[in-house]
Amino acid sequence: MSDIKNAVLSYVKNEYLEEDDDREINFDTPLISGGIVDSFSMVSLKRFLETKYNIQISDAKATPEAFDTVNNIINLLKEFNVQ
Amino acid sequence: MAFNNEVRNIYQQELDIIRSGGIFKEERIICAPQNSEIEVEFPIGSIHKKVINICANNYLGLSSHPDVVEAAHKGLDRRGYGMSSVRFICGTQDIHKELEHKLAKFLGTEDTILFPSCMDANAGVFEAVLSEQDVMIADRLVHASIVDGMRLCKAMTDTYKHSDMAHLEEKLQLHAKMRFRLIITDGSFSMDGDLAKLDKIVELAEKYNAMVFVDDSHASGFIGKTGRGTHEHCGVLGKIDIITTTLGKALGGASGGCVSGRKELVELCRQKARPYLFSNTIPPVVVSGAIKVIDLISSTTERRDKLEKNTIFWRKGLTEAGLIIKEGETPIVPVMLFNAILSQDFAKELYEEGIYAVGFFFPVVPKGQARIRTQLSAAHDLHHLEKALAAFTKVGKKFDILHKTKQEIIDRFGM
Repeated sequence: MSDIKNAVLSYVKNEYLEEDDDREINFDTPLISGGIVDSFSMVSLKRFLETKYNIQISDAKATPEAFDTVNNIINLLKEFNVQ
Repeated sequence: MAFNNEVRNIYQQELDIIRSGGIFKEERIICAPQNSEIEVEFPIGSIHKKVINICANNYLGLSSHPDVVEAAHKGLDRRGYGMSSVRFICGTQDIHKELEHKLAKFLGTEDTILFPSCMDANAGVFEAVLSEQDVMIADRLVHASIVDGMRLCKAMTDTYKHSDMAHLEEKLQLHAKMRFRLIITDGSFSMDGDLAKLDKIVELAEKYNAMVFVDDSHASGFIGKTGRGTHEHCGVLGKIDIITTTLGKALGGASGGCVSGRKELVELCRQKARPYLFSNTIPPVVVSGAIKVIDLISSTTERRDKLEKNTIFWRKGLTEAGLIIKEGETPIVPVMLFNAILSQDFAKELYEEGIYAVGFFFPVVPKGQARIRTQLSAAHDLHHLEKALAAFTKVGKKFDILHKTKQEIIDRFGM
């Protein structure tokens, strides 16, 4: 599971931080409520998870809360038996 | 619910938080026509002060140009004051059509539709031309009005890092299966003054079968050799599918905006764009002034050439004085101060020196990137810029930020 956690964290850093953005992001950093991932950009994260783990996340499950931290995302992945 | 004291206090507390955070915005009262030199009453009730204006979007100095004012007067006499109707009932005059044709010709597009403002153009265009089957892929620094317009549209949204073409390409690949892909960008970014890489964007759009949208509000009239805009500067005239722009900046500075581009998309805006359908358009007096503006800038590049010279002088002068500016080539020249309070104090000191400029800080720009955004105009003469430069240097010395690095300024004043 730590591999998955690190892969998601790494994706978030690469995708959402600019080169000169030195904000620290850890597994509990609020991504959406913290303003790192805006609602317009959430689709990339959803598509990344779907492609990498071969799952389909319905709109009902792809809520801002479910995507708000890496740990929340990991909990969501567990529902798809990705561990 | 009555607006009782409890409700009033809740709103007052919100205002107090804004004020105590040092980010309360106050209007300054201009008691003269818009120009390079203006009279300002600030604070309200104080004696009028003559200052050099270095923060207007009056790029071509046409806001109070005598020919434009005269044309507006004539328009008022010949076509009246108001329309009292939306366009499709009885709110369209011959001069509205004339202005739309002239704008399309000037911008090098197939057709144009006027909107009450460019904010309205951006609010209405996406919803009118896209659906759930489509995706909008926007630069992460696009103007707030585009963000609002995207929110009103049912198409999927995605973003790419500012001007990062590799990231944009990834997104175009990611969304290859959608019906339409629309790449969305500002032409000239209003806060940093940099230009979109429209040549590269068009290349990617052609490779991945996408359309391109450009808001050229801070470029129309002066960017490009003949002032057509960012698409002229980047050599892609005729290849932008949708251009939105404003008449509220270089093009006379009054109000109004437009969507200009492929004729089918413009026609769809006439049928479906809600700010067009449910609001009066630009009044005849403004339309008449704007027609004169397009005629003036179509006949000579004198004003945009002078603006270009002013920009080069100003950028060089600030850099040599030891201030940190955002590199670029547009007349939007941000002087970086990083700290919000410093940006306001700096602006206050400039005002004392007879220079009118404004500090910009979060949420208008990201935290830690506060600045004074200076904007050049063809109405500025050399003596205006020399005086402004002397003031920036004097105030910079006072705060001891000349020839200092970003880190040194942040260490002293905080983010």
